This record gives sequence, structure tokens and C-alpha cells, in this order.
Amino acid sequence: MKVEEFREKQAAAAVPEAELATLVEREFSTIGRRLRKVDGADKVTGRALYTDDIALPGMLHGKILRSPHPHARILSIDTSAAEALPGVHAVITGRDMPVQYGIIPWTRDEEPLCVDRVRYVGDAVAAVAAVDEDTAIRALDLIRVEYEPLPAYLDPESALAGDAVPIHEPKRPGRNGNVTKHVRLEFGEVDRLMAESEVVIEGEYFFEGTTHTPIEPHCAIGYYDPSGKLTVWSATQVPHYLHRELARVLDLDVARVRVVQPAVGGGFGGKSEPFDLEFCVALLSMRTGRPVKILYTREEVFYAHRGRHPMKMRCRLGADRSGRILAVDHRTLIDGGAYASFGLVTTYYSGQLLTAPYAFGSYRFDSTRVYTNKPACGPKRGHGSVQPRFAFEVQLDKLAEALGMDPIELRRRNFLGSGTRTVNELRITSNGFLACLDAVERASGWKERFRKLPYGRGLGVAGSCYISGTNYPIYPNEMPQSAVQIQIERSGRVTVLSGASDIGQGSNSVVAYIVSEELGVPLEYVRVHAADTDLTPVDLGAYSSRETFMVGNACIDAARKLADQVKAAVAEAWEVPASRVALAGGWAFDSADTARKMPISEAFNLAEARFGTLGAVGWYNTPKDIHGEYRGGTIGASPAYSFTAHVAEVSVDVETGFVTVEKIWIAHDCGRALNPVLVEGQMEGSAYMGFAEALMEQQIFKTAEQGREGLHNGPSLLDYRIPTSLDTPELESLIIESVDPEGPYGAKEAGEGPLHPSIPAIANAIFDAVGVRMDSLPFSPPRVWKALQDGSARERWEAARRTGARVSLSRATSPVRA
Amino acid sequence: MHEIVTLVVNRDVRPVGVPSHYTLLEALRYGLGLTGTKQGCDKGDCGACTVLLDGEPVLSCLTPVWEAEGREVRTVEGLAGPGRLHPLQDAFDVCGAAQCGFCTPGILMSAVALLERNPNPTRQEIREALAGNLCRCTGYTKILDAVELAAARIAEAAGASGSASAGGQGGRPGEAVAAGARAPEGPDTAGEREGGA
Repeated sequence: MKVEEFREKQAAAAVPEAELATLVEREFSTIGRRLRKVDGADKVTGRALYTDDIALPGMLHGKILRSPHPHARILSIDTSAAEALPGVHAVITGRDMPVQYGIIPWTRDEEPLCVDRVRYVGDAVAAVAAVDEDTAIRALDLIRVEYEPLPAYLDPESALAGDAVPIHEPKRPGRNGNVTKHVRLEFGEVDRLMAESEVVIEGEYFFEGTTHTPIEPHCAIGYYDPSGKLTVWSATQVPHYLHRELARVLDLDVARVRVVQPAVGGGFGGKSEPFDLEFCVALLSMRTGRPVKILYTREEVFYAHRGRHPMKMRCRLGADRSGRILAVDHRTLIDGGAYASFGLVTTYYSGQLLTAPYAFGSYRFDSTRVYTNKPACGPKRGHGSVQPRFAFEVQLDKLAEALGMDPIELRRRNFLGSGTRTVNELRITSNGFLACLDAVERASGWKERFRKLPYGRGLGVAGSCYISGTNYPIYPNEMPQSAVQIQIERSGRVTVLSGASDIGQGSNSVVAYIVSEELGVPLEYVRVHAADTDLTPVDLGAYSSRETFMVGNACIDAARKLADQVKAAVAEAWEVPASRVALAGGWAFDSADTARKMPISEAFNLAEARFGTLGAVGWYNTPKDIHGEYRGGTIGASPAYSFTAHVAEVSVDVETGFVTVEKIWIAHDCGRALNPVLVEGQMEGSAYMGFAEALMEQQIFKTAEQGREGLHNGPSLLDYRIPTSLDTPELESLIIESVDPEGPYGAKEAGEGPLHPSIPAIANAIFDAVGVRMDSLPFSPPRVWKALQDGSARERWEAARRTGARVSLSRATSPVRA
Repeated sequence: MHEIVTLVVNRDVRPVGVPSHYTLLEALRYGLGLTGTKQGCDKGDCGACTVLLDGEPVLSCLTPVWEAEGREVRTVEGLAGPGRLHPLQDAFDVCGAAQCGFCTPGILMSAVALLERNPNPTRQEIREALAGNLCRCTGYTKILDAVELAAARIAEAAGASGSASAGGQGGRPGEAVAAGARAPEGPDTAGEREGGA
């Protein structure tokens, strides 16, 4: 085909000339449109390759032997019978890689395989590689491990008792080895302002632990090739951290390690640190010279866990009679499970992230994370702040009730504002929380229906805020947090090498939308290759809601460098100022005269002739000078914060205590919706997950009295109940765009913030429906039924209706005990 | 013990040598390399492994491979036509119904069975038909939207061609979005080109 014919073909497929004038008027050509995802077709056809879909020639299958004890010393391991089994190629134990690892460099406390102590039922003890899975399983049965059981601690109180055996050796002599982290921070005069408060609400709250349950179980393949290079394919959210830890634990040159992230079947925080299987496939491949795959069973996924920490929270909230928040005081006991994981951060987040969207007169939190003999807790969607947010938003509802004030109005009165700092010195840029409250108030018919629905039916409201990534990376360094490399080919095809981890949230698509926006190419011309440490520049991973924000900014940086070259070359050819050249819809055109245009590939060819081969890197780094000047002040600091409000509508069956959530209205300030379909997907998925935690989910373990101490209560997707399509309420997304100065085109996060308010909104709706306060999760039928047996529930329900919007000073002047 | 089982998968006759305890899921994935069908739990709880056996949705992880012998197996790989997606696949793509995509093949197969049985289901009937397929990403909203959209498009196509066939009428990637489904609505979508497929 001649060049002219090829260009005609491209021109015919590009945006028609008549529409170019509208493109000039519109702010964006691609951003903000309801578009498909770049990997959508692969996913709906089954072509997308997840880790377990990959089979390498000569691949062996690995299995991991796990502890049956919640806490025990390993006295001896005899692997000889397993090694002698035909078909077994290697057996390894903790002594083969006795290096501690962990996602937080200061709290490394895990071994890939336990060396001399197991700390929960399911802790890894040995691993085998065999010709097939059946042989590997038989080999595990032949490994003899001699244990000396130790006392097990399944709750933080018993682990903190004076005579408790330390689950980990104390870092400093004399310390309690079972305390992972203690944080106490105070901002302003809490005691004075609490004493001066006209209303004080006190409550104790319990948040049961929950887990992520992505539908794809963890899977990894390792191959140590004859040149001495290690490649690991893994269903991970953090290829970069895995890359570093693999090299460190296995004592390899990090430059000779490659981590590849295939398609990932969901994470939600459950794959955001290294796991035993990744080290095991690597070492087993080093031992055998063959690729080795390990796929977790669903049961192993429940034991790998790293899910939501159980938290016991004692909360005090002081306000004046107008509802203004004067003092907030939280004391939190956090059940961490057997290892540190992200626990240092969790402990800070349990307090640091509560200080918006409301202005606090003063604030104190005291949080303690404790080791117990259960699978380690870690970051689940809304890391560390979902639990205190539940408690606080219920506290606010109680305050509104005590004051006889509408709970939405109470929240408005305490609005923090935009362009400000929180009491703990977090910098808030844009803040669309008021618009969120307005949207859910209107959509739910709040004014006409709150406190007016018949007995058994109710509405509840709650708000929240969340980070768009963190200003500080997990290991201290000054380098960019996210980067891309863009290459332009002569046909017009643009390839992006993106470090970001697309785990289903759509970061690869966001990158493609940005390239299309900035370089004017149709989306079909953009190819995105992501998260392969041999090919792509560094991005720190899919956690803390950072990907769209950070890789988006990095991609704009790179694309604009190239757009500038293309515009300069075209401007030179047309003898017009470069500012008049627009790139959109498959064309380079003159924005002052849209009849003057050329297909985008022709523009690229001009630029390549003028400047040489077209390629650029772009990166984003976070502000490093914006945080509180106190120890821990950097934790919780984010370039921008998202805001959310929910209204939930419930009906309660008074006979059985069964709560049905009829609908949740979700208003979320995401800054700008780069693709509203993806933003809604995050909002709906978040609200669903919060709803699930509110009513159904419990990651719990059997006690000694129940027979098998430390055993998971039901490690299957039948017994651990996650909602089906029949359980899930109707979800209505209301996008609020505050256009943030820091975000890409003004965007902020959408993946975690909208989970938070689901739970307290449902709790508050249950109160509106039947007059009982649910301060412990989940709100399962037995608990709700029991609460309903309190004879005064009906009276409270009637009293709440009588109070209306009238301020009751007789109640407000004396502290109210919740 | 290995044995040779002859499977009919997406109309291909495929003899496959597998251990005799293999499930249909293992035979598809590890014997035939048809990895579109997923394993999420391996005990019949999650539905990611759903395939059609003689047109009925079954959990392939609970189906011994020899039970499928000589019967017609349909998997996600058999849905799309040459250069075009099945209307359900296209609707899932347009509506954003596949996030991580891991449950998607199983949900598509349950939805295909539903629409072949009941071409015009209510939202509640869709919820019931998909109740055996767990999705952890979407909150189901966009999945329900997508099945509704596909049903509407299939009905529209059948009306136009006088045929009532539910399967195989491909939605074309890049086509304008039909009215009626919630996801594709919006101020600047009606009739707009959809890219990126």
C-alpha cells in the first residue's frame, strides 16, 4: 500500500471534519467519556492470561506444608521420605532461606518458611517441587515435623497478659514482644475542650475482621534460567517491592531478577506484599533448574489473609449545643495476627485518617497493635480507617440524635472546607464533601423520609475521606513514585510502557485515555504494556489508591513532551504558531481553521523527521515537604483526598433480626472522572464490599473450647459468606467532581474511599428503622434480634421521631452515655 | 491412572489423556489448554468455572471429566464469532461489567444459558440466574446492566432479521451504544463512538 492510500484509510476512520470545531470548543476529546477498557475484549473472551493460565515447558508443581498448630516450636523436620518419592525434584525448609522479610523495612519479621517457630495454623514449614500436583501433595504427607506446642493467644488481651509467651522476640529487652506498635498523638487541648463540651457522646465499638477474597487465588511461577537470571510471574499488586525482597531474601543481584505481573484476578489489598509462595517457587526453581508453579488452594488464601484488622474502639466525642465538634478522643486495640505486615501503617491510619471531612477542635488517639496467633492482618480496601470511620460516624449520629438535629445538617456544620489543613496537619486541596451530602440528600428523598418511615424501615447517612496515594514511599527514597515510557511508531501506533499495576481497576486504560487525549490518536492505536520490571519503569504498586493519580500524572508528563514536538513540527510546516496546532480525533489540525489538517500519523512523521525517533519518559513524584512536624506526621499525608457520603435504606425484620439493605446512594468526590464507567465501577464495588462487611462477613477462628484452636471457622467461599447477586442491594452512583489542583486533569482516588460510609450508614439506618444501636459488626440476624429484645428499643424509636429537629437541652447539657 | 476421554468442546472433538480423577475443569485447563474457564475455589462455591454441558450451566470443578464424555461442552472460548464478540461479551465490555475479569467467563456462561432459556428476563430473574457466580469487584450492578443491554440488543437484532436466535449474533466492537442500559447513558455518549475494544 502506498503511503497516500494508507493515510486515506486512517483519515476515513478518524473523527469527521465537521466535528473538529466541536473538539476545539470542548475541554477534552477523550477524558470524561464513557469508554471501554483497553483490556476489556481480552477479559470477556477468556484470552487474558492470569498467572495460573501460564504453563512453561518442563514446569514442575510446588506445594507448601503448613503448620497444624497455632503456636509451636519446630524441633525437627525430616524430609528424607519425601525426597525419596519418585517424581519429587526438591524439598526445602526454612533453613534453606533463613532471611526475614516484610513489606515495611523496619518491621521485617517473616521467614518464607518458618525456621524454628510457627505462629498460626497455616504458617509455612516446608515446600516441595514435583512432576505434578498429585505427587507434590503425596510428598507433603511424607514430611515429618516434630513440634513443641506453645500457648496460643487468639485475642489481643490474652497476648498482652503479663505471663504471655512473646510471639516474636522483643526488639528491645524489657519490652512486651506482643506489642507490634503503639501510637499516641494529641492535637490541641482535648481534656479541656471535652470538659467544656455541652454534649459528650461515649461509645464502645467492635469491628470484626474480614478478608479480601479476590476470586483469583494467589499463584506464582519461578524460573531460574541457566544464565543465572530469576524470573517470577506472580498475582501480586506490588511487583516492585516483590522484586526487591526476592533479591534480598535469596541473596541475588537485583539486576538479575525480573518480576512479571500477568493479569491479576482482584486484590483489594490481599496481594500487596510478598508471600511465601513467591520465595518458594524461586528457590525451588534454583534447586531444580526448571520452572516451578505454586497455586494456593482457596483455603490457603484464607490463611494468607492480610485482611481487615479486628479493632476494639473506645470513643468520646464532645460538642457544643450547636453541634460543633470540640474534642475527639479514641482509644483503639488492634488485633494484628501473627506478623507485622503493614501493621505499623495500620496503627497510624487508625487515627490519622479520621480528621476530615469534619473540622475537629482537638483530637487524641491512642492505638495499640498486638500480635496474636492467627493469620496476619494487613491492608484491606480502606486500610486502617474503615473501622474508626464506622465508630465515628455512628458517634455523630448519636450526637445528632442527642441534639435533635438532622444528621446531614450536623455534618454540614462541621465541614472542614477546601484549601486547608486538618487538626493533625494533613493538607487538604479540593473538597467536594458538601456537594456529596447534597447529592445523597436529594437522591434518597431524605428530607421527606428520614425519621418518617414506618417502624422497620429506615435511612442512615455517613461520610468519609481517603488518601490518593501517600506522599512517602514504603522505603525512604527521593526518586519518582511512578513512571511511564512512550514510544511513537511511524504508523501512528503509540506504545506505553507503564510501571503501574492494573488489578482490574483499569490503570492501563487510564494510561491509554491520557495518551489519546494528549497525542490525538484513536484509542485503538494505543498499546499498553505494564508491570514487568525488565520492560517498564518503576511504579510502586496498586495500594493506597495511588495508581490513577500517580501514573496518570506521569503519563501526562511524558505525552506532553511528545505533543510539544509534534505540534512544533506541524507548526513549522504550516507556518503558524505551535499554540494553534491541536492534536485530537486522529488528526493534527489548525484550531483557528479546522479545514487545515493532516492525519496524526503524518504529523508524527514530520516530527520524527524534525527531531529524530519519537519517545519520552515521564514521571510523578509526590510533594515531600507537606506534612505535620511530629513523629508520624508523614503517615497519612497524601497529595489529595477524596470525599464520600452515603445514604443507606434498610428494612429490618423484627421477628428474625434480618436486615435487608434496600438501596445505597453513593456520592463520591473523585476530583474528575477520567472515565465515569470506571469510577462508578469503583464506587459500586466499594459500597458492595462495605455492605458485605456490615451484614455478612467474619474472618474468625475456633477457640480451644471449640476443639481446634486457631483453625479458621470456615475457610471456603460457602462458609465465609460473601454477597451474591441476590444479596447485594441496588447501588446508585453519584459522581461529584471538585477538580483537584494536584491530580491528573483534576482526578483523585475512587477505589477505596467509597467503601467507608457503607457500614455506618447501614448502622444508622437500622437505628432509624427500629431504634437499636448496632455498635458491633457484623449486623447479623442473631445480634440484631438480641438488640431488639431490649424492651426500650421501641420507645427509643418513638422518641427519635418525636424529637424531630428540636434541640433538647435537658439531654444535651448532661453527658450522654451511648 | 490416566485414561483417554473424548470431549466435544465448542464443537471440536478432542481426545485428551488425563488422570482418571480429573474434573472437567482440569481437563479443559491443563489437558486442552483452554484456560478461559477459571478456578476460583475448586469446590463448587464461586462459579468461576461455569461451562455449559448440553446447554445447561454446570460447575466444571465438580464435574468428573468422564461425565462430560460425548456431551456438548461450551466454554467462553466458543462464544465470539470471527472478528466479533457475542452480544453478551460486547455488553460486558461496554458497560464495564468486567473489572478484574476473573469471574467473567463463568458469569458469561450462566448469562448465555439464561438468555437462551429466557430471552427477555427481568432484573430479578437475572439476579437469580447469576446467584451461583460470585463477583468481588463490581457489586453486580454493571453485570446486571450488561445482561439487560445484551438481551435488548439480541431482541432488536431478532426483530430486524426475523430470527429469534439468542446466540452468535455478534455485537461489533466500536458500534454506537443502544439506549436502555444504564451504563452507557450520559451527556456525551448517545451515538458516540466507543473506542478501545
